[in-house]
Amino acid sequence: MELETKVYQKENNLRLGKLLKESLADIGRSRFLSFQLAKRDIQAQYRQSYLGIIWAFVTPLATAFIWIFLNNSGTVRITDTGIPYPVYAFSGTLLWSIITESINSPMASTNGAKSILSKINFPKEALVISGVYKLLFNSSIKVVLLLVFIFFYGVGFHWSLLLFPIAILGGILFGTTLGLFITPLGMLYKDIGRLISFGLGFLMYVTPVVYAIPKSGIMKTVMELNPFTPIILTARDLAVGMPPVHLTYFLIVITCCVPLFFIALLFYRISIPILVERMSA
Amino acid sequence: MENLTDNRQQTTDNRQQTTDNRQQTTDNRQQTTDNRQPNMPNNEVLVQVQHLSKKFCKDLKTSLWYGVKDLASGLSGNQNERELRPQEFWAVKDISFELRRGECLGLIGHNGAGKSTLLKILNGLINPDAGKVTIKGRVGALIELGAGFNPILSGRENIYNNGAILGFTKKEIEEKVEEIIDFAEIREFIDMPVQNYSSGMKVRLGFAVAAQMEPDVLIIDEVLAVGDLGFVLKCFKQIDTLLPNTAIVFVSHSMPMVSRICNQIILMEKGKAVFQGEDVGKAIDKYYTRFVDNDSNVVFDDGSIAYESVEILEAKAYEKNIPQIEWGNTFKLKFKFRKNTLNEPPAFYISIFDKEQRPVAILEPNIEELDSKNDSNLIEFIVEHKNLQLSKGIYSLNIVVSKKTNNEPLLRMNGILSFQVLHQTDTWPPFLLKSSFQSI
Repeated sequence: MELETKVYQKENNLRLGKLLKESLADIGRSRFLSFQLAKRDIQAQYRQSYLGIIWAFVTPLATAFIWIFLNNSGTVRITDTGIPYPVYAFSGTLLWSIITESINSPMASTNGAKSILSKINFPKEALVISGVYKLLFNSSIKVVLLLVFIFFYGVGFHWSLLLFPIAILGGILFGTTLGLFITPLGMLYKDIGRLISFGLGFLMYVTPVVYAIPKSGIMKTVMELNPFTPIILTARDLAVGMPPVHLTYFLIVITCCVPLFFIALLFYRISIPILVERMSA
Repeated sequence: MENLTDNRQQTTDNRQQTTDNRQQTTDNRQQTTDNRQPNMPNNEVLVQVQHLSKKFCKDLKTSLWYGVKDLASGLSGNQNERELRPQEFWAVKDISFELRRGECLGLIGHNGAGKSTLLKILNGLINPDAGKVTIKGRVGALIELGAGFNPILSGRENIYNNGAILGFTKKEIEEKVEEIIDFAEIREFIDMPVQNYSSGMKVRLGFAVAAQMEPDVLIIDEVLAVGDLGFVLKCFKQIDTLLPNTAIVFVSHSMPMVSRICNQIILMEKGKAVFQGEDVGKAIDKYYTRFVDNDSNVVFDDGSIAYESVEILEAKAYEKNIPQIEWGNTFKLKFKFRKNTLNEPPAFYISIFDKEQRPVAILEPNIEELDSKNDSNLIEFIVEHKNLQLSKGIYSLNIVVSKKTNNEPLLRMNGILSFQVLHQTDTWPPFLLKSSFQSI
């Protein structure tokens, strides 16, 4: 009977195919671990709070209300969006919150596991996957609330609504991929995390989150180039049953994200020992 | 023996199904694979470490910047020879050893000698800068107990969290959860949030989960120090049951434990192995000599009498200024004190402490008054103890001077002298008593 053999030396194994196979094998093997970590964090989060689940959507809800108020009071004049503005604003802020949460998720999971990372050898991919589980959990709560909005404001049911979860998955994939690329550097320097949240605050205004793309001007070009735009717009169009105008760009972004996600995963896998060395207590 | 190997075979077979090879395994052509018979697994080398080195950086900002560089070069393989960059030092330098099933390697050395870094490399947490580690079989690490515990959740829920991180499947944990609770002896509190546990209880629970591992290679850091005596003994009993079938790397500052379970030792200092071998006793002696300080300290002094000097007469030899005496020889000490304001006869209590600062013996105090013949202000005397039966090792002397009449202390000093007792055999108890056996 052969025992499995591990070799540790300075050279990294750089045959990508083999590395990727190992990475995927680790994801498969650590299914229970990823699930357990997500379950632990969700349980702990809600056990220590009375409002619990409400916190998952309070931020997008508050942002949406601000814009609904600004619009209704006439402070800000927003061009017609084709659907009731509250639905437009809330779907926008909600999708935006899902994407930003996805971007932050790998770094948050890795940071949260810092103490274990420097002491126990476990499949690191489980951290990423547990982050995805948590995102799915939080997103599903938000989607339920969005459905309430959609029916309350009389937009009603469209068959395309059934495709909406796929668009959300696309958003999570997009965000997690970005987040994974940022994580190694972000673990070394706190600046990265701050820059990201700072930058995302600006980015929201060049993305059709609370207002539509203008008909002309520089803003139109920037917004149409912005890769966040097709994700928000396609998801919203599917939810309210409008024809998804940016579907092609959406598909391009998602198709690019799939290989990029695996590259990011490898980058993450290679980085972890280097990070542990620099951060361990 | 036959039985034992059979059992082992079964457990390893079971393990095969659930094994998780979590690290980058390089292909087999790098190993010299030996096709030995499956029923004699006892002398295969499970851990092989060749010329292992690891460097660290002293400055945080520089370290982070090197981290960025390493990330970049890590992506391109980084095959280059690693040299020390500014601010860096070798935390582990050129360590090599082999460990077979049933063997236990003790890693000793003072704080910061590189022991934990070595363990981290063995456990695959960080990559070495030079050299190579080859490990066969499932690796279990007792470096931190209770990893993954969330303080808000109950003990029972945390068994699942900890178990998952240690690589158990859900089914395995479900089968073992009752056993774990019993082993930890905290059934009463198992549904209480872990944040209300005492540190000892957390360690108990953590160890109980970790004890369910059936590793081929076990790495133990100083985790068992917490917890009460009963539990520590229980842990060691558990380790003893693993010992015959496992290769263990054990880091500890507790020499009694090291001498109990280890059969080879690496004494590390500044990342290097300053001693390596199977002579556990010699290694431990070397370890202790590094802590011998020749500084005596005054614990209490009322000023009436002053200590001048002490020396061992007829010492066999000196090593690093420490006098050495053969076991069974006469122990002769010469003391010199100066009287300041003392106008009463003093009594001298000389006690002997071992290297762990445990008192092991005290010499009978003087019955008669001691005065120097020449100078009335000096007190000089020789104390003699025949047939010294202290076991091999290093000891130090403390002295208490008090008034003969009412035992009121005048002077108390610790560590006035260190000396070494020589004998060919290692003995853990502080005394090796001369004895003869007769068959009847």
